[in-house]
Amino acid sequence: MAGTAIVWVAEGTWPACVDAARTWVPDGDDIVLLHVSGGEIAAVQGALAGLLGRSRRGPEAGLDALSAEAVTALLERAAQRLGRHARIEQRSGRVEREVVAAADGAAVLICARDGDRSRLGPRSLGPATRFVVDHVPCPVLLVWPGEAPGVDSIPPPPPPGAKPPPPPPHDRR
Amino acid sequence: MSGVGATVLAVGLLLGVLAFAVARPRGLPEATVAVPAAVLLVVVGAVAPKVAWEQVTQLWPVVAFLAILLVLAHLCAEEGLFAAAGGAMGRASRGSPQRLLVGVFVVASVITAVLSLDATVVLLTPVVFATAYRIGVRAKPHVYACTHLANSASLLLPVSNLTNLLAFSASRLSFGRFSVVMALPWLVTIGVEYAVLRRMFCTDLAVGTGVEEEPVRPAPPVFALVVLGLTFAGFIAGSLVGVEPVWVALAGTVVLAVRGLVRRTVTVRGLIDSASLLFCLFVLALGIVVKAVVDHGLGGVLGHLLPHSAGLPELLAIAAIAAVLANLINNLPAVLALLPLLAAAGPGPVLAGLIGVNLGPNLTYVGSLATLLWRRILQEHDHDAELGEFTRVGLITVPATLLGATVALWAMLTITGG
Repeated sequence: MAGTAIVWVAEGTWPACVDAARTWVPDGDDIVLLHVSGGEIAAVQGALAGLLGRSRRGPEAGLDALSAEAVTALLERAAQRLGRHARIEQRSGRVEREVVAAADGAAVLICARDGDRSRLGPRSLGPATRFVVDHVPCPVLLVWPGEAPGVDSIPPPPPPGAKPPPPPPHDRR
Repeated sequence: MSGVGATVLAVGLLLGVLAFAVARPRGLPEATVAVPAAVLLVVVGAVAPKVAWEQVTQLWPVVAFLAILLVLAHLCAEEGLFAAAGGAMGRASRGSPQRLLVGVFVVASVITAVLSLDATVVLLTPVVFATAYRIGVRAKPHVYACTHLANSASLLLPVSNLTNLLAFSASRLSFGRFSVVMALPWLVTIGVEYAVLRRMFCTDLAVGTGVEEEPVRPAPPVFALVVLGLTFAGFIAGSLVGVEPVWVALAGTVVLAVRGLVRRTVTVRGLIDSASLLFCLFVLALGIVVKAVVDHGLGGVLGHLLPHSAGLPELLAIAAIAAVLANLINNLPAVLALLPLLAAAGPGPVLAGLIGVNLGPNLTYVGSLATLLWRRILQEHDHDAELGEFTRVGLITVPATLLGATVALWAMLTITGG
């Protein structure tokens, strides 16, 4: 039976994920291009509400439409780059939790490192991606956007008897 | 009517007026409740008709000035100013989110200062949002920068914020002197905002595709830029020879309006809509309601709390009280309540109060009462999770910018001689 591959389309890193889907997802499998929006709309709605009547459109309208338009354009570009049939899924809310929920039951989730990409290590994952990688129930294909740093970017092992390094940053948002 | 009854009625009406203005059930204009509330307070005698009339005659020139500025910003948008700004920010960023943030800071600070915070929130923010998506970077830090700078970069000129217009008319400073004294607080505030946002959103600012898909190159709006430049120069020149800035703004607006009407890029109807006349009416009614609250209790409380000199600790206290009041109710009634009390103490306290009411809203844009309603709106749209993050950003930037800006104000007052 064909499985479903979820491609997390996030601003800035999506081309690497789409390329990975082209390379690794078998031809018969379904592909879902997933985008989750969250974060910036609240600030804008607050600012509009702060203008009271001068905002004209009112705090409850406008930005949702603009955001949807931008997301649709982004997903269209992703679909174009993918070059094969894909289903589009848009969600909004807490980004990391929405991604985990969307990937439930999928054959694979494809996402990208989005933290400090100057060297190999746990900090190469941003907080949301960290949460997703740690909590998602399906296998994860985690790709480097752009070229991965060399293996020599890993710091030397600690001397014998030294304290173990602190655990990687978890979901601190 | 006087005593406890008047206090309860006035406070209740103020809260009701603000709640209605934020929630705006069925899209009704905010004046729907504000005007009857003001009339009621006059009818029951909580505000004497003469006092109410004084309030209106004092406020209407300021409100008319605001309407002119709103039309000016609308005309600039029609001339393509904001689209051109988006194109310029996109090109200058060369696909880098950090460079885009610098561009957004420069553009949002200048637009807020010259065309007021309304222009930044309503006209620039959508452009920034679209620009971020177009160059493939996360929109969040840039949108936060826009919405924060709409408040915090509005310190510079009397025309940058409705609160500034009110403080400007109360402070009796010239346009030039106001701007010179506020220049350093403005720069310090922008610097603090940049440092905080850059650090808080470092993860989001680390990811970018590095390529701008379909760069846009809208024609530069030369005419609008020249008119805006001349208007700005006119503000400064007018302040030297004693011409009120409102006439300068009106001249710039008329030039752009005639051009727009001749070229049929704007309509008379569109110009009238952009003036937000019902909002102007709301401000006049709100002035009367706030007057009732001040005369029946709040004035006494604030009179005890507010210091009456212009030393650094006093200015800091004034800015903090103003910021708290702006968060408790809303910055517009806050500044209306504070100005009569601060004006007697001189320009320093007025400007410190202005810093408080302009920077405070970055914690709760509409005041805490209205934020409860706003929260409900966010929940309906699945955005309530974001309120926490928004508040965390504000909790860091607001105290830091308040402190920095007020110290800078004190320094400028000291350097320029009081």
